[in-house]
Amino acid sequence: MSEPDRCDCKSRTGPDNQASPCLDLISIAFLRDLSGQSMKITRITNGRIIDPANKRDEVADLWFADGKIIAHQPGSETETIDASNLVVSPGLIDIHVHLREPGQSHKETIASATRAAAAGGFTSVVAMPNTSPAADSAATIAWIKDKAARTACVNVFTTGAITKGLKGEELAPYGALVNAGVVALTDDGHCIQNHEVMRRAVEYAKMFGLVVMDHCQDYSLVGDGIMHEGEWSLRLGLPGWPRAGEEMIVARNILLAEHLDSPIHCQHISSGGSVRLIRDARARGVKISGEVCPHHIALTDAGLASFDSNFKMNPPLRTEADIVALIEGIADGTLTILCSDHAPHAAYEKEVEIDHAPFGITGLENELAIFHDILVHKRKAIDLPRLIALYTSEPAALLKLDRGTLSTGAPADITLIDPSLDWTFDKNASLSLSQNTPFHGHAWRGRAVRTIVSGETAWSLS
Amino acid sequence: MSTWTRKDLTGLDELSAGEITFLLDTARAFKGVGERSLKKVPALRGKTLVNFFVEPSTRTRTSFEVAAMRLSADVVNISATASSLQKGETLKDTALNLQALHADIIVLRHSSPGSSKFLADRLELSIINAGDGAHEHPTQGLLDIFTIREKFGKIEGLNIAIVGDILFSRVARSNIFGLLKLGAKVTLVGPSTLVPKSFEKLGVRVSHRIDEILAEADVVNLLRIQHERQRKEYFPGLGEYISIFGLTKARAEKLNPSCLIMHPGPINRGVEIDSDVADGAQSVILEQVTNGIAVRMAVLYACAGGAGLPA
Repeated sequence: MSEPDRCDCKSRTGPDNQASPCLDLISIAFLRDLSGQSMKITRITNGRIIDPANKRDEVADLWFADGKIIAHQPGSETETIDASNLVVSPGLIDIHVHLREPGQSHKETIASATRAAAAGGFTSVVAMPNTSPAADSAATIAWIKDKAARTACVNVFTTGAITKGLKGEELAPYGALVNAGVVALTDDGHCIQNHEVMRRAVEYAKMFGLVVMDHCQDYSLVGDGIMHEGEWSLRLGLPGWPRAGEEMIVARNILLAEHLDSPIHCQHISSGGSVRLIRDARARGVKISGEVCPHHIALTDAGLASFDSNFKMNPPLRTEADIVALIEGIADGTLTILCSDHAPHAAYEKEVEIDHAPFGITGLENELAIFHDILVHKRKAIDLPRLIALYTSEPAALLKLDRGTLSTGAPADITLIDPSLDWTFDKNASLSLSQNTPFHGHAWRGRAVRTIVSGETAWSLS
Repeated sequence: MSTWTRKDLTGLDELSAGEITFLLDTARAFKGVGERSLKKVPALRGKTLVNFFVEPSTRTRTSFEVAAMRLSADVVNISATASSLQKGETLKDTALNLQALHADIIVLRHSSPGSSKFLADRLELSIINAGDGAHEHPTQGLLDIFTIREKFGKIEGLNIAIVGDILFSRVARSNIFGLLKLGAKVTLVGPSTLVPKSFEKLGVRVSHRIDEILAEADVVNLLRIQHERQRKEYFPGLGEYISIFGLTKARAEKLNPSCLIMHPGPINRGVEIDSDVADGAQSVILEQVTNGIAVRMAVLYACAGGAGLPA
């Protein structure tokens, strides 16, 4: 099990800063003893506890101490958090985030990205390896983990590149990457075109129990495409990025996952056809999975009519039919992960001609609200416990993280969510270094109001 | 009459039928200026126009330059190689510098779709789109429509065929948007790779058989076919293109005698159009060039000069 890295947002004081043994083995009497000696015990009261990993959904109190969830200890608390009308969720996990460090700190830093993550309700983020240099060596992973330990206010998990330099040619040293602590492999932002290289990557990764996550894009079909190939690309004269460019690689991954009986996770699925392929494959037991980003169910390709580069991402925004298919896939269990693909870019980089602008938008601070508003509130495709599962137990299971649960003894990573809070997103209030988002001024229902990481409040709505 | 309130012309897709008609009517009033011995009116005296061509062009740039001169504007030409874009300056910064020089109008030719709108949204001066990638070439669309209207006295109900490389053609898009707004019936003709059926979502008809549309066409607008090296995965070669889609003499004979043959130029004689047909009685290719001046005068005047027709 890889350990995440973070520093505390607030400096800890008092005896609780000392190392303590694992609490799930501690007797109640011993705990009382500790509390008598001023150990901080926090009780979250009257919240609706939703813990999908334990199939739990009830109004109850939750206790934690010394960074861990503990068993109920009525009367022992030294601190109380009132969660009336709030949901008490395991800390949310985003498995697809571009932290931009090392090498691109003008776009984002580990410090700023994790602050944005905390403000979105996330206690854990999984960093993509397309940094500069690419995270294809133990040394770069060590650098990221060290920086995260000093500057991150939520847990940072690392991924390693599948291939050296993300070039799709030679395998990166997975053994060294595993020892350095990566939780998965991906060439995100790039896609291995050579099927033999991909096959050997998945086959070799299997030895280490690593999931290979793939950015699904057939380069020959997509070419210089920058938006969904359809009515709007014809109208605007912009090069099209056809659905088949994604589906071709999803199909490839299904065939390889089946052939090797090893897991492949398809990142940021955008096409309804991909959903169908994954659904069929999962039905016959293939170890294939997929994730969805909020923009792909909130916006369509018509957004590019204004040539605003904040509507340009890869894969591109598609059509209402794709949105319906993605939501069906989320609802029927075909797509099991929600994530942001948080991709910050400096304003001056995006403020150029549409075909020169980089792909990607920010997402950490509004993804929960967008998914909640669309999936739970408006379209009623899933219920709130399932939404939370897609952000906690599901990603934790995929990447074998000891997070995403409120089990006694688990790290006290907790997100308090107000599912009935109506709010409007203001990009100028963003904690990210970059504000490249098409969602400025959008209103949604629901958001995180407090984010607790290992028992410490990393962020709360003021 | 519709009044013009825009400072920019970035495309015909965003204009109303009334706005398009206003520009056509204004162009008709300006057309006479070119036929005088003193080919100049003072409409834009004291205004500075920058022809900013990031993509090479001779015909369109010269047409804008002549149009501006006939309106008494001062004209500066800059090209990509002479501009600071070569030194890494962004398009926006270059345009802001031109604005700081108190230029009044930038005529922009650029390879990126949306580049004119990008500048129009960010600058106070007027931006005239002289072609943005495969998106639009609104003054070419207007001059084509102007030429058709001059010949037929109307646009509504006419059968207009546009033949060739539609997928990559900004001329085709501006024609489609403008003609549909004015009530024409538009048929796109060409190989299925360059004229996919999905174009019908824009409100046009798509045909892959030129012989089936010749008899009913009031106008055949032929687009330039790029050399086969640039489109090798789209069709097998020029020879096959000519045999299936070229306006040969035999095909031209099937046209209605009143049908106009148009081409935005530059023409490839013997490829999309037979050489004799290009020079024939039905061809209005050179009239299009002449009308281009009047249309561009109208656009410059509307965007930077003021409302109403010149006296």
